[in-house]
Amino acid sequence: MIRQSAAQMAAALSEGSTTSVELTQAHLDQIAAVDNNVKAFLHVDAEGALAQAKSVDAQRKSGEKLSPLAGIPLALKDVLAQRGVPTTAGSKILQGWRPPYDSTVVTKLKDAGLVILGKTNMDEFAMGSSTENSGYGPTFNPWDLTRTPGGSSGGSAAAVSAFQAPLAVGSDTGGSIRQPAALTGIVGVRPTYGAVSRFGLIAYSSSLDQAGPFGRTVLDTALLHEVMAGHDPKDATSINAPVPAVVAAAKSGDVKGMKIGVIKQLQGEGYQKGVQARFDESLQVLASLGAEIVEVDCPNFEYALAAYYLIAPSECSSNLARFDAMRYGLRTGDIDGASAEAVMSATRDAGFGREVKRRIILGTYALSSGYYDAYYGSAQKIRTLIIQDYAKAFTQADVLVSPTAPTTAYKIGEKVDDPMAMYLGDVATIPVNLAGICGMSLPAGLADEDNLPVGFQIMAPAMQDQRLYQAGAALEAALLSQWGAPILSKAPALAGSK
Amino acid sequence: MSSLSRDDVAKLAGLARIEMTEEELVSLSSQFGMILDAVARVQEVDLSGVKATSHPQPLENVARPDVVLPSLSPEDALSGAPAKEDSRFRVPQILGEAE
Repeated sequence: MIRQSAAQMAAALSEGSTTSVELTQAHLDQIAAVDNNVKAFLHVDAEGALAQAKSVDAQRKSGEKLSPLAGIPLALKDVLAQRGVPTTAGSKILQGWRPPYDSTVVTKLKDAGLVILGKTNMDEFAMGSSTENSGYGPTFNPWDLTRTPGGSSGGSAAAVSAFQAPLAVGSDTGGSIRQPAALTGIVGVRPTYGAVSRFGLIAYSSSLDQAGPFGRTVLDTALLHEVMAGHDPKDATSINAPVPAVVAAAKSGDVKGMKIGVIKQLQGEGYQKGVQARFDESLQVLASLGAEIVEVDCPNFEYALAAYYLIAPSECSSNLARFDAMRYGLRTGDIDGASAEAVMSATRDAGFGREVKRRIILGTYALSSGYYDAYYGSAQKIRTLIIQDYAKAFTQADVLVSPTAPTTAYKIGEKVDDPMAMYLGDVATIPVNLAGICGMSLPAGLADEDNLPVGFQIMAPAMQDQRLYQAGAALEAALLSQWGAPILSKAPALAGSK
Repeated sequence: MSSLSRDDVAKLAGLARIEMTEEELVSLSSQFGMILDAVARVQEVDLSGVKATSHPQPLENVARPDVVLPSLSPEDALSGAPAKEDSRFRVPQILGEAE
């Protein structure tokens, strides 16, 4: 049952062949069986999940009209506030915090009858690409437990890949949904900036952060996307426009006559051989389905990584000032006579991990007078040039494509002491965030050299998210018929897995 | 090659209100050269006449009608407080003894 798609589970629920309580219990059992090894979850809320499942079952029994995903279990990245449930953003500074309110995403999930199984592990405050920066230890890739699942939403991606949940919510500031989706063989979408409310999403870099869906199929991902998205007066940057018709697009999946632009700068040198091979094959598949493949030039993408690693740390150094040991979260060093400043400094030392400290210091430097124009100011101008590159490319193509990440999943510990090597893994995903547009990663097969999943990235203009699903569904269907079985059926079985 | 000395890092850590051990200061200062070299690439491009983008959405002054809406109760607002007294956050002293 747990290996089905969310759409299949929803059909089983509506025809009465299973209940949400059964479905929820089956996933809780799978979590109990495999999460000792995968460590996708920071907190499992069995009681809350079963109560919600029971309530949805009762509503269904009484003939109430339910939303399409009512009764389906889901894993929630620990960056989103959920009332009464421990929420840490992967940081020790928030250990034990139980938010007194729900984020808008959580409100929407609850209203749609989704069952939240628990909170998933992540790089602390979403800063990282491997989930190794979590204050609570790393998550392990279900394909190979010696490797990382990517990050920062590594827990959410691993949970879906290991059949602990059919759906999950992540957040993507520089690739944190798409890259772990690629590394674990699932689908992940970063919606257009402003499409999903940031109210209650613990902020890392406010002009780049965006929550989005994970699923094992393009359609499942679209179903969750539709639940999460929509205008929210509580978020001043929320777009007041109808949600793009992503579910309809995922069901149609047609690329005939679609112009697909290959970004010259995001392939070739620096990309693992097996990654490039699967990418090239996927392009051929799209061409055989009637798409027109063109090459586009985005010369300023070369500077995207540099701009990102100035803008994001700058915004984070300001956002994380709120962790001041005064109103919530950790407080240490509060001994008689200690000043507020001393307590603040001691708490932030004890509560923040290395990467968070590194980025706060980098951001503090980039924003300091004398350096502001040279660093932060220049980065903001590069951002303009990247937006212009995209605008030009989208006059030549309906969607743009690239490999999602330059490599497959790497070993735990391989890059922890080399921040620049880690940052390079985000080279293909970051431009989307800087421009505020949308992007998807979906599985393109396994790399020959290591038998690990490769991600294919699709990008579309702001509020044209349906194009991702239209192209993604077409590629997914064609690849599935080539492979004969979903990609996750090729993953080695996890000990104890149902 | 850019660099940031141990003392530079200590000053920034002070501004950011993060206590750091000697080992952390030294290790950060040694990593910073490489990171600053990488991010300094933004200065290689001719940016004269290019406008800065602070935000991907062209929105201005988004405000809601000025009406009172429900908000957190004092109990909820204080539920995560490290220390409280009556219905207030209790904080360490913010002014020196002599002030």
